[in-house]
Amino acid sequence: MTVSERFDGFLDRNAGRLFILPAVLLILAFSLFPLIISAWLAVSRFKIGRDGFTLTYIGELNFKKLFTGSQQFHFLGTFSSITLTGWLILLVTALLIGAGIRQWLRSGRLTVLGGIGRLIAFGTLAALAWVFASTLQDGRLGSLSTTLFYVVVGVSLQFVIGTGLAFLCAQDIRGRSFFRLVFFIPLMVTPVGIAYTFRMLADMSLGPFSPLWKAAGFGDFSWAADPWTARLVIVVGDSWQWIPFIFIIMLAAFESQPRDEIEAAELDGAGPWRVFRDITWPSVAPVAATVVLIRVIEAFKIVDLPNVLTNGGPGIATESLTLHAFIEWRALNLGGSAAVAYTLLFVSTVVCVAFFQLVVRPMRQARGQA
Amino acid sequence: MRERRLGEMSPLTKLVVYTLLIGWSLVVLFPLYWVVITSVKLPGQVGDGPDYLPFIDFMPSLHAWRYIFVDLGSDTFRPYLNSLIIASTSTVLAMSVGACAAYALARLHFRPRLLSIVLFLVALGIGVWMIGSGLVGWPIAAASGLAIFVISVLALSRVRSPRLGNADILFWVISQRILPPVVAALPIYIMFQQIGILDTHLAIILTYTTVNMPIVVWLMYDFFASIPIDIEESAELDGASRFRIFREMVLPLAKPGLAATSLLVLILSWNEYLLALFLSTAKAQTIPLLVAAQNATRGPQWWYMSVLIVIMIVPVVLLTILLQRLIAKGLLLGAVKG
Repeated sequence: MTVSERFDGFLDRNAGRLFILPAVLLILAFSLFPLIISAWLAVSRFKIGRDGFTLTYIGELNFKKLFTGSQQFHFLGTFSSITLTGWLILLVTALLIGAGIRQWLRSGRLTVLGGIGRLIAFGTLAALAWVFASTLQDGRLGSLSTTLFYVVVGVSLQFVIGTGLAFLCAQDIRGRSFFRLVFFIPLMVTPVGIAYTFRMLADMSLGPFSPLWKAAGFGDFSWAADPWTARLVIVVGDSWQWIPFIFIIMLAAFESQPRDEIEAAELDGAGPWRVFRDITWPSVAPVAATVVLIRVIEAFKIVDLPNVLTNGGPGIATESLTLHAFIEWRALNLGGSAAVAYTLLFVSTVVCVAFFQLVVRPMRQARGQA
Repeated sequence: MRERRLGEMSPLTKLVVYTLLIGWSLVVLFPLYWVVITSVKLPGQVGDGPDYLPFIDFMPSLHAWRYIFVDLGSDTFRPYLNSLIIASTSTVLAMSVGACAAYALARLHFRPRLLSIVLFLVALGIGVWMIGSGLVGWPIAAASGLAIFVISVLALSRVRSPRLGNADILFWVISQRILPPVVAALPIYIMFQQIGILDTHLAIILTYTTVNMPIVVWLMYDFFASIPIDIEESAELDGASRFRIFREMVLPLAKPGLAATSLLVLILSWNEYLLALFLSTAKAQTIPLLVAAQNATRGPQWWYMSVLIVIMIVPVVLLTILLQRLIAKGLLLGAVKG
């Protein structure tokens, strides 16, 4: 046996490991390792001295500052009495949690692990809803609630419009490939470019719609000075970019729905609404849940648009968590920045894993594709 | 059969459908149109209020294009070239690493011991502590961490431990996508500063590869799993090695999926902003940073920005039109099966 034959044998026996090794090494080096360092930073104070920098362990102080201390207004928001909208949000959250618990009790599989998971998921959900509802007055949300606003409102809007467009495009119409290509374009534009483009478009005095604003009497209204309109413009820009993503995947889902079932139902005299509700929707629901999950994952990371469109302002009104962490980093408060980033990691992990376990998975299992 | 349903669509429904579709096309195209005409406006024309039609409302001028291509010259081309190099290299790397891992997860069986993973994390923690406490430099810390891991795994190799499966590994890889870049950006910044590769192509390429690889694994896993296994099995009986099977049989079959996934990854790394902002200052600056840099002290230079946005979009749109058929077949299969 020559050396090269032995080497070939070694390669072949360990083929599986060699296939997967580069991926694992990459994640360890640039994902897991930084995560540990970040945890270290989050519990330290960072100081630049004459010779490099020093890190001092200060325990939970960075987090304390964010949750109860001087940065609370920035991170959680300014607390005040709960408004009517706030109560409505709390009610909806309570109903959602109630439905989740009921579904669990009825499923007949009450494991300890499932219970702990649900406790964490529902607890986090309730806490987030409470923070959001009680900082709602005058729109003085912190970066946490602002991020939630972008995620919930943005993804809902994108899902409704994207799915609607996909449904229309799945009908028999002329020029489908044209619409498909055109609708796909915004996904290819850099978010920074989109942010500047929307700054031009939304300009109340120089933008293309300024005659309209003037005619409607909003001539000297500035969207950038009002927290809610500023947030809304960011959601619009984000949606313009991401509707194509939902569109293209939902279109594929609609096009692969069971054609023969639909025809059979139509022969039986079912109307278009019944066909949609009983056949089309159940067949695309697992894809819909997956695509919403992907969007939620990405939406938590939003930063380019608020950074460029409004620079986080007015005040801190449009700051997302990532932008908050970035601003702290720029101010060389590395510990505070890591603490914000870690909270973001915790919230988005809990929300995304809970959504996967409690919504996506049951839907897929219902369609028999675990 | 579909033609029959078309006939059933009433003229009114048809009108509504077309109105909505054309309306949305305008929503998509108008911002792009505005960028294009802004790129040929003079600063004064932008400042005077909205002008809609070139040659009728205003006289177009190529001053911004001349500034970007001639006056800035190499200051435009360098970031453009940087972006090209970084996006294409990191796409190729993410595709090779991700496709190999996806194939292995779809076809081979892995049963890593939970105990080994715990030991690894402990060793990693010790290594980080050694660096953080300032006792030793990172090469010594890394070496001793590795030594602790290897020795403890060998010592405990006979201890019984639960094992993980392919599904767990797949979930772990894909879940990396949840990690917000800003969590990893800080330590990566410090890490690259320590080994002195900050503001180089290599730093950004490695980071983009890691960030985008989970998408490749996720999309390609479904693709590989959907390829019939019989051909591979008969080739294996004939004595072909795994690598040959992968290279000569599986990859050609997976072409549409590979093309669509690489287009997506290419777009993501071409447009990425936050990590580039962290990791580059001058030499490795990418084109999205140059766009943002036009928001100078004199206020946003809309005309220059528009030129840059146009030259950023055009190549990607052309590529997408070229690959459109492959995308329809490729990206969708993986995504729809979810």
